[in-house]
Amino acid sequence: MTTSIFAPTTATPRVAQVITLAEAQALIWQEAELLDTLGYKAWLDLWTAEGYYVIPTERGDGDPVVQLNLLYDDDAMRRMRVKRLTSGFAMASSPPARTVRTVSRFVVAASEPGLIAVRGAQILVEYKYDRTRIIAADVTYRIVATDDGLKLDQKVVTLINADDPLHGIGYLL
Amino acid sequence: MATTAEPAATSSAGELFQGDRGDSRLYRDPALFAEEMDRIFKKTWVWVAHASELAGPNTFKTTQIGAQPVLVTRDKAGKVNVLLNRCRHRAATVCEKKRGRQSVFVCPYHGWSYDPDGTLRKVPHSWGYEEGFDPAQFPLQSLRVDEYNGMIFATFNPDAPDLAEHLGAARKWIDLFMKQGAGFGVKVLGEHSFRFPGNWKIQLENTTDAYHFPIVHKTFLDSLDEETENVFDVLGQGGWVEDLGNGHSVMVMIPALVDLEHDLDAPIPERFAELAQALRDEGHDEATVRKVVRAVGGTGFNLNMFPNIACSMAFFRELRPISVSETEVHHIAIGLDGGPELANRMRLRLHEHFQGPLGFGTPDDAEGWERVQRGVQAGDDMPIMVNRGVAAPQGTAEPGHDAGDVSSETGMRAAYRMWKRMMQG
Repeated sequence: MTTSIFAPTTATPRVAQVITLAEAQALIWQEAELLDTLGYKAWLDLWTAEGYYVIPTERGDGDPVVQLNLLYDDDAMRRMRVKRLTSGFAMASSPPARTVRTVSRFVVAASEPGLIAVRGAQILVEYKYDRTRIIAADVTYRIVATDDGLKLDQKVVTLINADDPLHGIGYLL
Repeated sequence: MATTAEPAATSSAGELFQGDRGDSRLYRDPALFAEEMDRIFKKTWVWVAHASELAGPNTFKTTQIGAQPVLVTRDKAGKVNVLLNRCRHRAATVCEKKRGRQSVFVCPYHGWSYDPDGTLRKVPHSWGYEEGFDPAQFPLQSLRVDEYNGMIFATFNPDAPDLAEHLGAARKWIDLFMKQGAGFGVKVLGEHSFRFPGNWKIQLENTTDAYHFPIVHKTFLDSLDEETENVFDVLGQGGWVEDLGNGHSVMVMIPALVDLEHDLDAPIPERFAELAQALRDEGHDEATVRKVVRAVGGTGFNLNMFPNIACSMAFFRELRPISVSETEVHHIAIGLDGGPELANRMRLRLHEHFQGPLGFGTPDDAEGWERVQRGVQAGDDMPIMVNRGVAAPQGTAEPGHDAGDVSSETGMRAAYRMWKRMMQG
């Protein structure tokens, strides 16, 4: 029911293509649009089976497996989360706040055949009950080439205020 | 925000709660909020820390009591101090870090420096003060502090009853709750915090509200395996809610998990099988494995202590009132202090699953509380009803305690009776 007690896994690239930043951006923006339009089921297909989606409660380079996170999702947890968000029974998500996000300031952190790691900045505005809120975050992506195209293999969203009071968030960051 | 006006000696505010009905102003009157800060948060014991957050000499955390920022320190002698986070000179906060370790607090404005026990150590350029200026006269203002089983409370009120007396019947439940240290002791592992646009008493009520659980938390229940879903059938296991006096109450949802050391030979639930095997593989004997696994799952009750802290199944739930219509909540994850690392990982994962701004439970609670605050703007004459409840199952609550079935609003009535007492005091 919960994620494993063991450390995050990653997928091994199956295809040795060089991934360009432009290709990585296209995937990142596809993901951003899917999340803003609540295309959660399609979003699941952007991931490798081994991939981890993490939102820590502290900024810095701590090890998420031994720290408290806001979200620490392997494949099984991602699927349960999407089921929850799309069920119609989660009050915070029925409907969720509307969101518009942009991801930019990309820097290639690592690149090798079949793999690229990208750092970026995400600015998201949410709107609900006549109120807008801004959520800013540093985001890192690990993207791998597979037989089925590029896939997200790790995404870590470090909020600018990760260690401060947030609010109930009924959508995905 | 709270005003600093002195409260009148008597107040009619207590009239806003009668029997099992509350007036809408309880949630929405800013003047009432200011009065609550004075009559409740400055008069009773307010929880500020768990002892493990101050692990060793010269450690500290910052928090607030009512609207007032405070610094909680463990000085070099090991004593816990709760100090107003306000320089005695011209009021700047002397620390803005959340937690840490340091042996001196220097006001950034003019450099007045304070020891962790609050003593004013040094004033720069002291020649500019008249002769006779004595730093010993200007320590950080300290509050009365006391501790029970690792729970540290402070109060502004020199006349408040002793902490042990204030906690009263809640102490037994604190002791039961701390059994989830599995003999190692309990340690804070991290925390989620969030604010919601609603009054603090909406959160206070929720801690002993089993009635909402299957409705609001359906998607959490749906994410569990069948065995665990049965464990979280909180209305169906003969639980109860018990008034513990002084505004405190306990809601027992899973009676089998009141005493974690009871019946340790029971089969290990499937969701803990991987952890149990990993612990065996690390060389722990079967008795330890069973004790640790049981502890990892947490208790089956919520202990709600008036006005701001709950021992809630497997974590501490702290509330901090911000304004009449804004409340900050901290969900503090705890684990085994020195126990197996894998056990604490599992505790973290269980905490993340339900709690926090992106958990499977908390966002829906926060949304519900906001809906209360929005809805209470309507209908001046309509009461907030906390009258639900039939008798507690036979042989559950302690004789002499007011108690009701697990879905009863007994805990809320207990809290509001204390609220009324303090507001009239």
